[in-house]
Amino acid sequence: MNAANYLYLSAMLFTIGAVGVVVRRNAIVVFMCVELMLNAANLSFVTFSRINGDLNGQVIAFFTMVVAACEVVVGLAIIVTIYRSRRSASVDDASLLKR
Amino acid sequence: MMTSNSLVYLIALPLAGSAILLLSGRRSDKWGHLLATALSASSFFVGLYQLSLMLGRSNSQRPISQKLFEWISVGTFNIDAGLMLDQLSICFVLLITGVGTLIHIYSISYMAHDPDRRRFFAFLNLFIAAMLLLVLGDSYLNLYVGWEGVGLASYLLIGFWNQKPAYATASKKAFVMNRIGDMGLSFAIMIAFATMGTVSFSGIKEATEHTSTGALTAIGIMLLVAATGKSAQFPLQAWLGDAMAGPTPVSALIHAATMVTAGVYLITRSNFIFDAAPTAQLLVVIVGAITLMFGALIGTAKDDIKKALAASTMSQIGYMILGAGLGPVGYAFAIMHLLTHGFFKAGMFLGAGSVMHGMNDEVNMRKYGALGKFMPITFATFGLGYLAILGVPPFAGFYSKDMIIETAFNSGGTKGIILGCVTLLGAGITAFYMTRVMILTFTGTSRWDEEAHPHESPWLMWLPMAILAIGSVTSGYLLSHGDALVNWLSPLFEDHGEHEELLSPMIVSGLALAMVAIGVAFAFIKYSLNEVDAVAPSDVSIFTTVARQDLMQDRFNEAVFMRPGQALTKLLVKSDEVVIDGAVRGVGRAALGSGASLRGIQNGFVRSYAALILIGALALVAAIWVVTQ
Amino acid sequence: MIWLTLLMTLPLAGSVAVAALPKGNEKLVKQVALATTLLVMGATIAMAVGFQRDNVELQFVEKYAWIPSFGINYALGIDGLALVLILMSTILAPVVVLAGWNESHGGRWSVKTFYILILVLETMMIGVFAATDVFLFYVIFEAMLIPVYFLIGGYGTGERSAAAVKFLIYSLFGGLLMLASIIALYVMSGSQGGHTFDLAALSQLEMSSTTQNLLFLGFFIAFAIKAPLWPLHTWLPDAAESATPGTSVLLLGVLDKVGTFGMIRYCLTLFPEASKTFTPMIMVLAVISIVYGAFLAIGQRDLKRLIAFTSISHFGFITMGIFAMTSQGHSGATLYMFNHGFSTAALFLVGGWMISRRGSSTISDFGGLQRVTPVMAWMFFLAGMSSLALPGLSSFVSEFLVLVGTFTRYPVHAIIATFGIVLAALYILIPVQKALHGPTTPGNENLSDLNLREKIAIAPVMAIIIVLGFYPSPLLKTINPAASHVIAQMGFSDPVPTNGSK
Repeated sequence: MNAANYLYLSAMLFTIGAVGVVVRRNAIVVFMCVELMLNAANLSFVTFSRINGDLNGQVIAFFTMVVAACEVVVGLAIIVTIYRSRRSASVDDASLLKR
Repeated sequence: MMTSNSLVYLIALPLAGSAILLLSGRRSDKWGHLLATALSASSFFVGLYQLSLMLGRSNSQRPISQKLFEWISVGTFNIDAGLMLDQLSICFVLLITGVGTLIHIYSISYMAHDPDRRRFFAFLNLFIAAMLLLVLGDSYLNLYVGWEGVGLASYLLIGFWNQKPAYATASKKAFVMNRIGDMGLSFAIMIAFATMGTVSFSGIKEATEHTSTGALTAIGIMLLVAATGKSAQFPLQAWLGDAMAGPTPVSALIHAATMVTAGVYLITRSNFIFDAAPTAQLLVVIVGAITLMFGALIGTAKDDIKKALAASTMSQIGYMILGAGLGPVGYAFAIMHLLTHGFFKAGMFLGAGSVMHGMNDEVNMRKYGALGKFMPITFATFGLGYLAILGVPPFAGFYSKDMIIETAFNSGGTKGIILGCVTLLGAGITAFYMTRVMILTFTGTSRWDEEAHPHESPWLMWLPMAILAIGSVTSGYLLSHGDALVNWLSPLFEDHGEHEELLSPMIVSGLALAMVAIGVAFAFIKYSLNEVDAVAPSDVSIFTTVARQDLMQDRFNEAVFMRPGQALTKLLVKSDEVVIDGAVRGVGRAALGSGASLRGIQNGFVRSYAALILIGALALVAAIWVVTQ
Repeated sequence: MIWLTLLMTLPLAGSVAVAALPKGNEKLVKQVALATTLLVMGATIAMAVGFQRDNVELQFVEKYAWIPSFGINYALGIDGLALVLILMSTILAPVVVLAGWNESHGGRWSVKTFYILILVLETMMIGVFAATDVFLFYVIFEAMLIPVYFLIGGYGTGERSAAAVKFLIYSLFGGLLMLASIIALYVMSGSQGGHTFDLAALSQLEMSSTTQNLLFLGFFIAFAIKAPLWPLHTWLPDAAESATPGTSVLLLGVLDKVGTFGMIRYCLTLFPEASKTFTPMIMVLAVISIVYGAFLAIGQRDLKRLIAFTSISHFGFITMGIFAMTSQGHSGATLYMFNHGFSTAALFLVGGWMISRRGSSTISDFGGLQRVTPVMAWMFFLAGMSSLALPGLSSFVSEFLVLVGTFTRYPVHAIIATFGIVLAALYILIPVQKALHGPTTPGNENLSDLNLREKIAIAPVMAIIIVLGFYPSPLLKTINPAASHVIAQMGFSDPVPTNGSK
């Protein structure tokens, strides 16, 4: 199978994630879209690893997963805290720094 | 040149007087005027002593010099504070200190009731010191110090009563117009240094041979500009009439006898430049001729006695400048007229002061009349001065003025005839306006204000007038007897052989006297046989109106220089605020504005930040793609 | 002897002493400050006595490693030029302290802070003229802004904060350009014999003419802002209007001289070729400054702004003299720097006394002061005469030297500049007439004349103005060797008399 197809898939996933981040309001959905983008990037890394025949890409994919896991922990904690105090999970309501 | 150690005392004595009087304040109110007079007199005696020494030496040994200290020395520009006394400067020294001392004496009484009399005497002493420095300096730069020093003293004395705004303005006007002349002197010094590498009189005299006529002409013209400023010659004459705001002794000393003749001194002193620069010399003559007519015409229309005399001064200095412009033959006659004029004009000014003293400071001659009976001494001394300025033999002006007229006629060609006629005509007009002054003031019927009680002045005032009157009578004869002054000055001026004679002295004298008689007759018919109005008539010819306004000199200066200058200043002030500072503040505003507009992006919405990041990333990728393609 | 370090330490020690004094005792603070500045003045004069006038090398040289890894040294040394300017600064400092005895009251901060700032500033004033390490010079050049910023912003009048900010940003902008040039010099020195900031070593650098031109501009713009030269002058009138008279004296009299000093010491020494390239342009700017400053001074209604604009005109003369590249012009310009310090000091101090008595700085609010306060009026008049360069007063000698020196090489520039002397008569005599002459304006009848302290403060300034007018030789002999040295290094010699063959 042509390796380029994996890259097209990765690009599509990334685009869906990016559009989701920009257009959706719900923090959880935004969050999941971010995960989608990260995983799209992972897919690219692994594909390049396969194409080039070395392990660098796979190593970086593992790093990304670790970062994503950390991010989920911190991010979900923040979202839950904001929801508790403001009764809303909309990212547009959380513009406190501006005011 | 012989050296001497005593020249500095000539200047130091009055300078010390000025410093003591100014620094000691009110403490010296009681004796300050006496000290100032004594110091001026002692300076005069030092001058007499120097003259006696000079007479004892042979012609070539007469000039003496004194180096005081090194003043400015940078590279090849070396100026010593040096003094030089020669046959020319001794004439001035004696005139300045002699007339100066007499006017000090006069002022003791004239200024007796002024609370600031001490300050007045301090300024008088300052003037004497500066004027002596002017005539004793051995280089143009030293002369320059005295030159501006007398300008300062003149400014201070014109504005002595500067609590009156008009007087303060008059003093400012005098200073500024003098500064324009001073600028000419600056230029002359700069050109001289750039072309000859020296600015001392002796150095330049030697260097003239090797210097191009163009450079010498430029220096000459610039010196002439300087002379027109200081001597109130056309086109920088407008300040002299207003300068009469100063106390009358000041007008007599500074604006008649000494300071205003500094221009004549400058031109005679620079004879070596003008002799080598015929164009500049011609300009000198033209300026002299224009001014002598200009002053005479103004003099015919003035009702203010001091302004009439000031116009006369302007005209008489025009004669001197003209004489000095006629080259080697004319220098000595210019100086002779300068000396005799110093006597008779100072005497007449003091006379005018005496009249004002008796008439509650009234200066309008239309409110005088018949004062001869009440002020016999003033009348007599003024009258002698009057005869002298007219050039009636054997009074002083007869000798000096006729010499200038004669030299003018004999200067050759059409130029000589034009100049001769101008000087003759000037003599006629002089006779007219001086007779007018005499008639309006001393004869006829009285037209006084009610509170006027004319009386003769105290002896402290009439004594100087009397001495000056004696000078007005005798000085001409003494100076020209056996060509005394011409021979005395001859070593300084290089005479280039014989001169053709167009008219003999007898004919010139006859013509001059005829012109004078015509002028006197006109004035007599107009002012003695007809009734004089106490108020100046307003239905007069256009010529009278113009002459009353000083031939439009002020209007011209205002329209051409002052108003455009003020407009330019306003424009520049505005443009500095709007354009230059505006640009500076514009930069500040641009920084603030761009910050304010960019701040809008920071709206606090996470999604818009994310969108911006996305757009930025896409733009970056696109940019890389474009570049690598 | 480490004279220069001693001179710099003394005021610093004084400021520490002032800081240690109790806050309540303002009189003691002032006395300590005055004593310190007098001590510094005495030390400077003692040092000047030991100065060898005919030696063109730097004297009283000191050099210690400061940041060795970057080749930065604490290096000091002075020639005739620097000596004269240090002398001027340290004579002016006690005058300013004494003359402005009460001007620190009513400021944003305490009287103590005012004198700490003044003393720190004095240390820097000495250091900036004595530094021979470019980095050290730069540090002091910029650090000087700090005390002046606080002096204007904290103790001034009117729009003091805005004026202080304007002054600071203008100066920082120039300093930034200079910093870029300095870094470039440092980098280039690395490839030509090792990294250094030493002035003498940097002046030997070889660089392309484009590089030299760019680096020259970096320095020159910084100095032209300081000096200030048209059209970079607009900060000065605002700063002078808002600052206290004493601050203005230090600002215009000393700090602005760093600009013209820098032109000689850094622009000409480091970039001789570029200096020649830009000379025609700079001469034009200088002439514009002379005439423009004079016209604007004539048009001012505020006394302090008027004095500021006269200074712009005078700085035009100084710059013109420097770039005329003749010994007369150069010596005249240096002497002008010295004389301008005192004539401006006299104008600002006496003007400041008039303003504080009247409570207004608008010229037309005065009137008839000569009858009310004769001594003050005469001092103002004399200061004005010095400003318009009356012969017999000090500024005449310098102004005429500049004009003569310029004329021999640039006659047209000199002729236009000479018109400035007529304008000078106007910009001095107009305020003199408005403020001193005429009838006494209502409200001025009870103004008090100068008191003893003020008379003592102004007396030395006036004495210097008069004495140097007649006897400038001692100063000229100090300046001449240094000036001729610079001219010779630039490869110029005085034009010989042309005999009019031109």
